[in-house]
Amino acid sequence: MTIEAHNLVWGVGRKTIVRDVSVSVQKGETLGLIGPNGSGKSSLLRLLAGLRQPRSGDVRINGQDVARVSRRALARQVAFVQQNAATDTNVSVHDVVKLGRTPHRSALAGWSAADEAAVSNALAQVDMQSRSGQAWQTLSGGERQRVHIARALAQSPIVMFLDEPTNHLDIHHQIEILRMVRDLPLTSIVALHDLNLAAMFCDRIVVMQDGALVACGSPGDVLTEALLHSVFRVAASVSAADASERPHIRFRSE
Amino acid sequence: MSVHHSVSTHHHGGSGAGWLALFLVLSLLLLGLVVAIATAIGDYAIGLDTVFLAVTNGLGLTGADISPIEQSVVWDLRLSRALVAALSGAGLAICGAILQALLRNPLAEPFVLGVSAGASTGAVCVIVLGIGGGGLSLSMGAFTGAFSAFALVAILSNGATSGPNHTILAGVAAAQLFNALTSYIVTTSGNAQQARDVMFWLLGSFGGVRWPDFHLLIIVVVLGLGVCLYMARALDAFTFGDEDAAALGVPVARIRLVLFALTAMITATIVSMVGAIGFVGLVVPHAARYVVGPMHLRLLPASAAIGAVFMVLADIASRVIVSQQTVPIGVVTALVGVPFFALILYRSRPQT
Repeated sequence: MTIEAHNLVWGVGRKTIVRDVSVSVQKGETLGLIGPNGSGKSSLLRLLAGLRQPRSGDVRINGQDVARVSRRALARQVAFVQQNAATDTNVSVHDVVKLGRTPHRSALAGWSAADEAAVSNALAQVDMQSRSGQAWQTLSGGERQRVHIARALAQSPIVMFLDEPTNHLDIHHQIEILRMVRDLPLTSIVALHDLNLAAMFCDRIVVMQDGALVACGSPGDVLTEALLHSVFRVAASVSAADASERPHIRFRSE
Repeated sequence: MSVHHSVSTHHHGGSGAGWLALFLVLSLLLLGLVVAIATAIGDYAIGLDTVFLAVTNGLGLTGADISPIEQSVVWDLRLSRALVAALSGAGLAICGAILQALLRNPLAEPFVLGVSAGASTGAVCVIVLGIGGGGLSLSMGAFTGAFSAFALVAILSNGATSGPNHTILAGVAAAQLFNALTSYIVTTSGNAQQARDVMFWLLGSFGGVRWPDFHLLIIVVVLGLGVCLYMARALDAFTFGDEDAAALGVPVARIRLVLFALTAMITATIVSMVGAIGFVGLVVPHAARYVVGPMHLRLLPASAAIGAVFMVLADIASRVIVSQQTVPIGVVTALVGVPFFALILYRSRPQT
């Protein structure tokens, strides 16, 4: 098991946002996190990544309790890609991906060959090597997202968390980014809105509702008409899983 | 200005470091030159050769025979003044660069945290109200005021952890409060002469500085720059915000608190010596970014160098614009700074 979370509870003030969630993720798996707006997907993602401290429960990554690991040590194993992280600073693509090496460099250490290799490798994986010198502000939304993923890869993580990485992208880029994430030799946990994309690219899917985990399993087992009706309140027909065992959802207008 | 040079090199470690080193060496030479000029000119003009000898005499390197008056004017009055000006410029520029990074706001500068307003109130309490009964010096009053303002901002913004906009709002609120207090004290208790003293002091003046000021300031600024350089990588990680910095392994809360306290200390020290000098902390980091790029290991030393040269030049200007009179330094930094800033703003406007 790469990630094991037990009985996570988290909230703001009196409001409980994540209720007693336990989940485990296998090494190399791509886990999809779906649920309606406000169901606690993003909060769960941040709890799992160690960016927030749960009120109770714990998260273990490779057997280590993330609450007991220093931020820096954690960032060498876990990368987190925010949705639409933006900046006004006039940075280049190379500058941004370099930031991914932050947890691996001491305060005044020079730029090593290993660092440069990690950066150019990461840029190659997202197919952005030729854009290394380009200014961030001139990139399109899809390109920015790819650069963010490259920066996460430059951290050389074993686990990558992505919060709705396909938001605001056209369908071509949505599929391209999810295919890339699925093919990475990493454990990845992806919060997604598009159920068909989740079905296409995730090995397993976790469904959240009102902060609780309501279903977990393969796309074919989880994405049923009954679940779509009760969790997302939509009428849909789910075509029987085909040879690829990926269900396909067709929403009905009434 | 070799714009193309900086654009083409600042992505690549080797040549970029060379460009930075060249820039810093040139800046230091320029700084030496402007400090020499600042020391030579004035109501009592002294030749550069005499200045040089007076400085080497003062350092104990030579025993050249020059008049005691010239020796005293150069060494005791003008040199300490020029060096304090250089350090103030460097310090304010560093603070501006840090705050712009931490608050992710291009308008951030040291005074956005209300520090200068607090310092003014503290100074006014000492000058006008006579708090401390003469035992409390003007500088100590200003320093106490500056830190009170910072403490208020820290409390209002929950230790500066509640997000950039919240922190800036808290700073604006603190600045308003302390400015109002200053005006209230001056209008209700001060006489005309005190009001004028205070006004001059609020706009900044290098008139009263001597060697002890320099000794304190060089420790504060060099120490501050050292700490900032040590945390430069962490500052870079704030490019995409706090959470992103945390995900990159930066202990966000700790870095924020340390750096905010550091900027408050540097600003309070400077303000307590020479008054509130606006605009340097805002403009200089932008100019420096234009030359060496946005990464802080390069930006911080470049900001310090540009800030130092700029402030000495501003001090020279303040003494020569109107003969027999010194214009407040804050007036000059704004008058010289704004056109320069407008030029940068115009040349770096987004191409649409």
